Amino acid sequence: MESALPLVFVAIMGLSLLLYVILDGYDLGVGLLLPFADDQQKDVMIASIGPFWDANETWIVMGIGVLLIAFPSAHGIILTNLYFPATIMLLGLILRGVAFDFRVKAGDSKKAMWNRFFFIGSLVASMAQGWMLGSYITGLTGSLTNTIFSILIAFCLPALYCVLGSTWLLIKTEGELFAKAAGWARKSVLPMAIGLFLVSIATPMVSSVIAERWFQLPNFIGLMPIPVSSGIALVLLTILLRRDIEHLRATNPWYLFICPVIVCLMAALGLAYSIFPDIIIGQMTIWEAASHTSALQFTLYGVVIVLPCIVMYTIFIYKVFAGKATELSYD
Amino acid sequence: MEFDPFLLSRIQFALNISFHILFPTISIGLAYFLVFFRIRFTQTQDPHWEFIYAFWVKVFALTFALGVVTGIVMSFQFGTNWPGFMEKAGNIAGPLLGYEVLTAFFLEASFLGIMLFGKSRVSNRLHLASTIIVAVGTTLSAFWILSLNSWMQTPTGYIYEDGVMIAESWSAVIFNPSFPYRFAHMMVACMLTASFFVAGVSAWRTLKGVDGPATKKVLRVAVFAAAVLTPTQVLIGDLHGLNTLKHQPAKVAAMEGVWETQNGAALTLFGFPDEEARTTNAAVKVPKLASFILTHEWDGEIKGLNDFIGEHPPVAPVFWSFRIMVGVGMLMLLVAWACSWQFWRKGQLNRLSLTILFTMTFSGWVAVLAGWYVTEIGRQPWMVSGLIRTVEVVADHPPGTLLTTLVAYFAMYAFLLISYIGAIFYLSSKPAQSLLRMHNYGLPGMHPEDRAYSPIDANPANSK
Ligand code: HDD
Ligand code: HEM
Ligand code: HEM
Repeated sequence: MESALPLVFVAIMGLSLLLYVILDGYDLGVGLLLPFADDQQKDVMIASIGPFWDANETWIVMGIGVLLIAFPSAHGIILTNLYFPATIMLLGLILRGVAFDFRVKAGDSKKAMWNRFFFIGSLVASMAQGWMLGSYITGLTGSLTNTIFSILIAFCLPALYCVLGSTWLLIKTEGELFAKAAGWARKSVLPMAIGLFLVSIATPMVSSVIAERWFQLPNFIGLMPIPVSSGIALVLLTILLRRDIEHLRATNPWYLFICPVIVCLMAALGLAYSIFPDIIIGQMTIWEAASHTSALQFTLYGVVIVLPCIVMYTIFIYKVFAGKATELSYD
Repeated sequence: MEFDPFLLSRIQFALNISFHILFPTISIGLAYFLVFFRIRFTQTQDPHWEFIYAFWVKVFALTFALGVVTGIVMSFQFGTNWPGFMEKAGNIAGPLLGYEVLTAFFLEASFLGIMLFGKSRVSNRLHLASTIIVAVGTTLSAFWILSLNSWMQTPTGYIYEDGVMIAESWSAVIFNPSFPYRFAHMMVACMLTASFFVAGVSAWRTLKGVDGPATKKVLRVAVFAAAVLTPTQVLIGDLHGLNTLKHQPAKVAAMEGVWETQNGAALTLFGFPDEEARTTNAAVKVPKLASFILTHEWDGEIKGLNDFIGEHPPVAPVFWSFRIMVGVGMLMLLVAWACSWQFWRKGQLNRLSLTILFTMTFSGWVAVLAGWYVTEIGRQPWMVSGLIRTVEVVADHPPGTLLTTLVAYFAMYAFLLISYIGAIFYLSSKPAQSLLRMHNYGLPGMHPEDRAYSPIDANPANSK
């Protein structure tokens, strides 16, 4: 039982970070797409994420929190090494988060400025997250190839967020903005797919530990479902997006949104397999980093009781705000 | 010039937390004001209360957003700047932070959506409930984080096992000896800060003639709240001080500037502590008063700093911060009572009172920051009193890196603070009608709540 506790926590942490990437991913994606819309559309776009973003962002606090609670020494090493990109990400998230409110509360003359900050904040935060992910996968060592790899991911992650953001807008908007969002989705799928492909190839190249885990014969076949289902999801998304706009309007937009979500899920599974049982690749295992059982147990009570409640009220809130965002304030 | 990474790390942490605390302080207090406005509206159906709510909920949303984003920085800071702290005390600090995320952050963040945008989508009851849940959520986050901070001040309930610190009794950890005092003092500080904030902004609106009867109503509520809360705060502060004397006598000696252990110690009202000479220059003293306040006996013994050489905090910052906090508290008491008296006798405030209230809009911030500096600097040289020294746990980043991020944070915060205050007064300069139409996300069209208030301009096309 005791040795299973760290496993439970690593699963909770992974799940939180995955949820963060998906949920705040669509928020950040909307932010990245903001400059391409006209003023009125900008308002609708932001209204489409308004009631959700705060809770979405809380998942990163949860992910980092679990790292801190359950694996304190890894938390220290990881964040000390990622000090710079983490700080940049935080500055980006600050800018993005406050722009939500300032853009409508600081006066019309400043609205354009805050719209721009909203975009810049989203861009900076997503690129910094890519950079952090890149350095983490490469074991936090700063050699030249590893740095190039991190930069590569820093450019790929925003593309993924754009796909999430634009498919989210398909769910939440109608009319001209819907058509625009479909266009954005079409344009960002390819960069995302290329990025994903490059990253999948580069990962085993930069990290011999990961290469070893993947390219052993029985494992390799067992793992095939992961890349295959991402591939299927991508192809499906492309086919759905090919439809002409009227046809697309009749499609259930959740199908389109689910496609990049599946890609994220598969990427997370693949990553989990690559890293496990380490928490810092090649340096520290989950068990070496884990907190004392007393701390984990005490926290687990809270998780078991509270997490289902969180899930329940989150679903409730998505229900309350279901439907197209333009309705948010018309009624 | 050589920079000491240790010092830079501390400055950066202090900067971030000082900036963060400004916003939760207002959110926690304002949340309860909003609940009150909301309940008054439900009871009386008087549209003024709904207008008051509609205005202050916007201020709340802005404040909350600033609290959230700066809070995210806090959750990374322990790892980026104090990795050793979590390695040494993580088994205790971690779960407390975890409970804060679980019980408070998700709750506030989720129901905030309904509170801000859900008015026309859910029933009045559920909307009221969401407002209450958000208020409770902010209080829960204060509960857990203050529990952790108090544990760092007065650690109990832990044991060492194989060299690591673990909890022996969680209730002893959570309800450590200084926690009840610190939690009560901080909650009242939040309410008080919000009272002066609401009163100050409303006074300004009255002075500018922007608004009518609704503003007067809210001004009255804020002033009366402040009049009740200030003496409560002085009382709790006194009890808090007695508790500190029991557990952290070195801190109290620094607060009072008592250099030598003595019976019948005088209270220093004012002076310049000189740590080299170990004396207070130009001191203005009241004989025996310190002993009386702290021990309730004129000849009670007060331990001086001489008993804690090498183990006591830097004297001047603690001494000064304490005087600033108490000074602001006394000023608040005076102003709150004078204004209440005026309201009671004359039914309204004169220009002088309004101007004073306006200048005290952010007085709560000054007292809160000063209070925290007493607490935190007064704990030095310890990170966890008597157990972990601050120097032991710092991360060793190159000073250049720290300096860069420090400057970046500082620039960001300065800009945000100016924008925040600017936005508050911009919102306040708008008459009620136009504000109501400026519904949160500036969507075209009218919110039903806006329509209710502007029969003249019910055409959605005219409002944007
Ligand atoms: C509006 C804010 C405010 C006001 C008017 C006061 N305080 Fe305060 N004080 C705080 C806000 C605050 C605070 C920010 O909330 C602190 C910092 C940490 C804490 O627990 O409370 C604090 C700390 C603090 C401490 C330090 C305790 C420790 O760390 O061991 C003492 C002894 C007092 N206060 C005493 C007083 C007294 C005697 C006051 C009477 C005038 C007073 N405070 C007014
Ligand atoms: C309740 C939650 C808080 C916790 C857990 C906390 C914890 C800490 C920690 C870990 C440090 C760094 C080590 C040190 O230098 O002592 C610190 C220092 C400090 N904190 Fe806090 N703190 C809290 C609240 C605050 C608030 C609200 C403020 C200010 C408004 C504040 C002001 C400071 C200052 C000024 C220092 C630097 C003291 C020095 O290094 O001389 N703290 N605190
Ligand atoms: C080291 C200390 C602290 C850390 C690590 C921390 C962390 C955080 C984080 C991550 C958030 C954002 C939560 C979200 O995403 O919604 C937050 C917000 C908040 N914090 Fe802190 N915090 C600290 C100190 C404090 C203190 C001293 C208080 C109050 C006494 C406080 C009260 C709040 C409240 C009420 C919020 C909700 C947002 C708001 O009301 O503006 N925090 N904090």
